[in-house]
Amino acid sequence: MLTLNHELEQSHHHHKHANTSHHVGGHHLMQVENLNISFTMYESDARSYFNAKQVQSNVIHDLCIGVHSGEIVAIVGASGSGKTLLADSLMGHFEPNATVTGSIWFDGDKMDAASLKKLRGHGISLVPQSVNFLDPLIKVGKQVQGFTKSNSIKKCADKVSPKNISNNASSISNSDDANNSDDVSNTGNTNKARRFFKEHRAQRAKLQAKLFERYNLNSNVASLYPFELSGGMARRVLLCCALMDNPKVIIADEPTPGLDLELAKVALADFRQFANDGGGVLLITHDIELALSVADRVAVFYDGTVVEETAVANFANPDLLSHPFSKALWHALPEHDFFAPTGGDALS
Amino acid sequence: MTLDTVAANVSDLETSRLKADLNADLKEAVLEARDLSFGYLNSKKIISDLNLIVRTNERVALLAPSGRGKSTLCKLLAGYLLPNKGSVLLDDKPLPQSGVCLVQMVWQHPEQALDPRMRMRQTLSESGVVSPELIESLGIRQKWLSRYPHELSGGELQRFCLARVLAASPRFIIADEISTMLDALTQAQIWQVLIRECEKRRIGMVFVSHSAMLTKRIATRTFKV
Ligand SMILES: Nc1ncnc2c1ncn2[C@@H]1O[C@H](COP(=O)(O)OP(=O)(O)OP(=O)(O)O)[C@@H](O)[C@H]1O
Ligand SMILES: Nc1ncnc2c1ncn2[C@@H]1O[C@H](COP(=O)(O)OP(=O)(O)OP(=O)(O)O)[C@@H](O)[C@H]1O
Ligand SMILES: [Mg+2]
Ligand SMILES: [Mg+2]
Repeated sequence: MLTLNHELEQSHHHHKHANTSHHVGGHHLMQVENLNISFTMYESDARSYFNAKQVQSNVIHDLCIGVHSGEIVAIVGASGSGKTLLADSLMGHFEPNATVTGSIWFDGDKMDAASLKKLRGHGISLVPQSVNFLDPLIKVGKQVQGFTKSNSIKKCADKVSPKNISNNASSISNSDDANNSDDVSNTGNTNKARRFFKEHRAQRAKLQAKLFERYNLNSNVASLYPFELSGGMARRVLLCCALMDNPKVIIADEPTPGLDLELAKVALADFRQFANDGGGVLLITHDIELALSVADRVAVFYDGTVVEETAVANFANPDLLSHPFSKALWHALPEHDFFAPTGGDALS
Repeated sequence: MTLDTVAANVSDLETSRLKADLNADLKEAVLEARDLSFGYLNSKKIISDLNLIVRTNERVALLAPSGRGKSTLCKLLAGYLLPNKGSVLLDDKPLPQSGVCLVQMVWQHPEQALDPRMRMRQTLSESGVVSPELIESLGIRQKWLSRYPHELSGGELQRFCLARVLAASPRFIIADEISTMLDALTQAQIWQVLIRECEKRRIGMVFVSHSAMLTKRIATRTFKV
């Protein structure tokens, strides 16, 4: 476990503290240390498929970032710099050709791929960047409620013991775990489970309806399939999925593109509320202005690592930003210069 | 980033405008939505009796709240959907049903617009020869060409979509939230290229963006759906 005396050290783990953040139990809610991810690929200019050499491409290197209870940490950065890879890693999702080193702590415990997977929907919820995360064959209301594999109450109640119910009922991301539930042979138990499950299900349906209303989704949207949604509607449905569960950390990978300002503000207000209630949020976004309006700290990502962690206020003036990429980002904003050097790498 | 480079950049745009004037012999074209009505199967009408005329020297921003029908209108204009009533006309003629369309669309989610089983090199070649200058100015790197879409980030993929569309030599480009998934720097970069190419080659544009500041930068005119 990672412990440090936070009173004595104002700056630790490569970051400074925001006023609102605190360490429950003396540790970070989530801490990533020295994360490295590289991919094994085949040489791109080989003449034939068979004599192509394997090459390693390093995408994330020496990445450190922490989230405290009570705070929103915004990650802004270059597209292609590895933000989604970081989010995927925190969900325990790794591509087969990836080599990963480093450590991830969650709530004081050191994690591995399997334990991170178990946290999906229970400790950590993801708002994914890609709308492809929605199952194309399931109506969105059902998906948000999380009853994807188990349509009949009877079937579930027979199969699921009370301890596993929450497992089965959680969001889309962990439906694969739901299969592993133990059988319950005892009939008394089964009845109890059935009742418990019914209540639980009604509760989730109610919560789903409430969230839809909050996000201005008409009640008939619940019976639409994903392909029938507009871009902004799909985005809102993904948000509802993450807010259904009761996680400690929300990782939001571009939660607002396609939302108009009003709706985006609702989403950010919900994240703020979630953090104020003791949760932690990792907000990955390209919308710098929006991020600045709610975040406690900002980390700037470039080329696979955090190049600068800075106070929100420093984004008021490019001279207060230290890394050339942060400065370039500032100048590129439409409200500033809308300027980018042409061609090649944006910084060369 | 010094003020000088910013100034140099502005004069870049000036030169491209001058070049556009040299291309004055490229004739104007008109894209028109005439009395357009549309509703998806067994749901209510989303667009009714809509009229819109766009010329090749314009960049028109479509404005409406989420779910109103901006993307639907884009798909109608690019011929991906057929109207229930009314028509979409290019120079007074209906859009061709086959062959390369002179109205090309760029989508918000590039991962949905690309064939997941095709390497990027092959995807690019779909619309003929793409000039190396264009690839260069869009910041596409050689090493991306041999990858599959899932091995590239959203911003990387969107550059390919733009290259593909520009290589098809369209008269109009319909751009549906094409830079919402990109960082500010990439956003400025691809819009710079897109605006320059459109002015140089007299391509008209209809676009959607949720950012008021971006719209202000790009649009020559707005249209409420
Ligand atoms: N399976 C893979 N094999 C090889 N390279 C990959 C793979 N997956 C991702 N990459 C590369 O890793 C880099 C980071 O991708 P990632 O999707 O994390 O970027 P991002 O910061 O989320 O970008 P965006 O803002 O555009 O979403 C990209 O350059 C991408 O090409
Ligand atoms: N394939 C489809 N089948 C049925 N209904 C659809 C389909 N696609 C979109 N719709 C519906 O049509 C309406 C308009 O959708 P559209 O995607 O055009 O909205 P939009 O203005 O682009 O919204 P956004 O800003 O969220 O992208 C929505 O109510 C949506 O549910
Ligand atoms: Mg990403
Ligand atoms: Mg849309």
